[in-house]
Amino acid sequence: MVQSLDRLKESPSQTAGPYVHIGCTPNFSGIEGVFPDDLGRTMLKPETKGERIRVVGRVFDGVGTPLKDALVEIWQADADGLYPSPQETRGKADPAFTGFGRSAGDMASGEFVFDTIKPGPVPFKDGRPQAPHITLWIVARGINLGLHTRLYFGDEEAANASDPILSRIEHRSRVATLIAPKTMEDGMATYRHDIFLQGENETIFFDI
Amino acid sequence: MSGGSFYQRDRRWHPPAYDPGYKTSITRSPQKPLIALDNTLSEMTGPVFGHETLGPLDDDMIRNFAKDGEPIGQRIIVHGRVLDEDARPVPGALIEVWQANAGGRYRHKKETYLAPLDPNFGGCGRTISGPDGSYRFRTIKPGPYPWPNGPNDWRPAHIHFSIFGHGFAQRLITQMYFEGDPLIWLCPIVATIPDKAAIERLIAPLDMANTVPMDARAYKFDIVLRGRRSTLFENRMEGN
Repeated sequence: MVQSLDRLKESPSQTAGPYVHIGCTPNFSGIEGVFPDDLGRTMLKPETKGERIRVVGRVFDGVGTPLKDALVEIWQADADGLYPSPQETRGKADPAFTGFGRSAGDMASGEFVFDTIKPGPVPFKDGRPQAPHITLWIVARGINLGLHTRLYFGDEEAANASDPILSRIEHRSRVATLIAPKTMEDGMATYRHDIFLQGENETIFFDI
Repeated sequence: MSGGSFYQRDRRWHPPAYDPGYKTSITRSPQKPLIALDNTLSEMTGPVFGHETLGPLDDDMIRNFAKDGEPIGQRIIVHGRVLDEDARPVPGALIEVWQANAGGRYRHKKETYLAPLDPNFGGCGRTISGPDGSYRFRTIKPGPYPWPNGPNDWRPAHIHFSIFGHGFAQRLITQMYFEGDPLIWLCPIVATIPDKAAIERLIAPLDMANTVPMDARAYKFDIVLRGRRSTLFENRMEGN
């Protein structure tokens, strides 16, 4: 026998189920008057610093059907690459930016939408810059443990090419699943980022 | 507050993405290997929600949707602590909960179960853990309900939990079950968890000591989030 590490096990995950929107976006799901607003619906204020962008996409299952019961959350740095978190030690992030967004997806099409700003670069653990990116977390009925992935920006080719994470992905053809092309839609810089849970274009998910 | 990277997630303890017993997972489970990613600031940081986020009835599902009376059902208190894997309290954790009513019916457009809605029950609540990691909320005990998977599958009574810790890597959604419910051991969603000891971590015992006499029974449900390393011996981060 040796000493015990006295460590607890993480609570095991269970699927968010088909009614995750009741708990996480109740106003969206029609339960009004309990919370004044759905958490993460608005990330910006008029005075938020940075370039306004829109991130849109859908989450597809292995049959090619878009999920209409998913919940997508994003977490990102501000325009200077600082996180609005107490764990951020490099400086103080823009107080007018939450960094956190949550989207239930459109009831009919399943499309998620985030109106946000383009994040600045954040250092990798060895100090090299990472390409600007947004962290995504996806849960839904049929997903047993929330899926972590990232969005990189299609118009950041040089930064993406030297990104310490993107550059060490063995299967180069899969890197494109993390990069959202830029388009202009309704006069707004829009990054379209579809997520594929399975299939030829299966999105890269991370074990973080 | 230590701010290092998080302990590796034990993916054999969690349910696998693919479990044919839970049919929806078949087409929604990634098939290619996950790519291991050392935590960067993007995973070690996370959103923080202050107590100003909360309204006075957010943690009281008996009253937060009540229109002309209180909801039908067994009055209960659910309480416990949010801890990390080193058994340290996790203060300031936002906990969101949602559940069916006493008859097993969710207030949702896509819900088709024939049990009736309760006009006084919405089914959502939230709270933030205190300095010692403790939390509590009040609700009615949800009913079990049938669901389309096998021809006769029933969910045990359960409450869904969504928890934010201090880093986005700690993000977790799970479900709480009730001691003594025979449906726990028949449920294909519960059975996605491979280890019986892990399932038992999600079953809340009746807690008579915290029951409010002549009012509401209590169930105790502790939640464990991933632990994190001290920053002391880690690679120095930029600007640190």
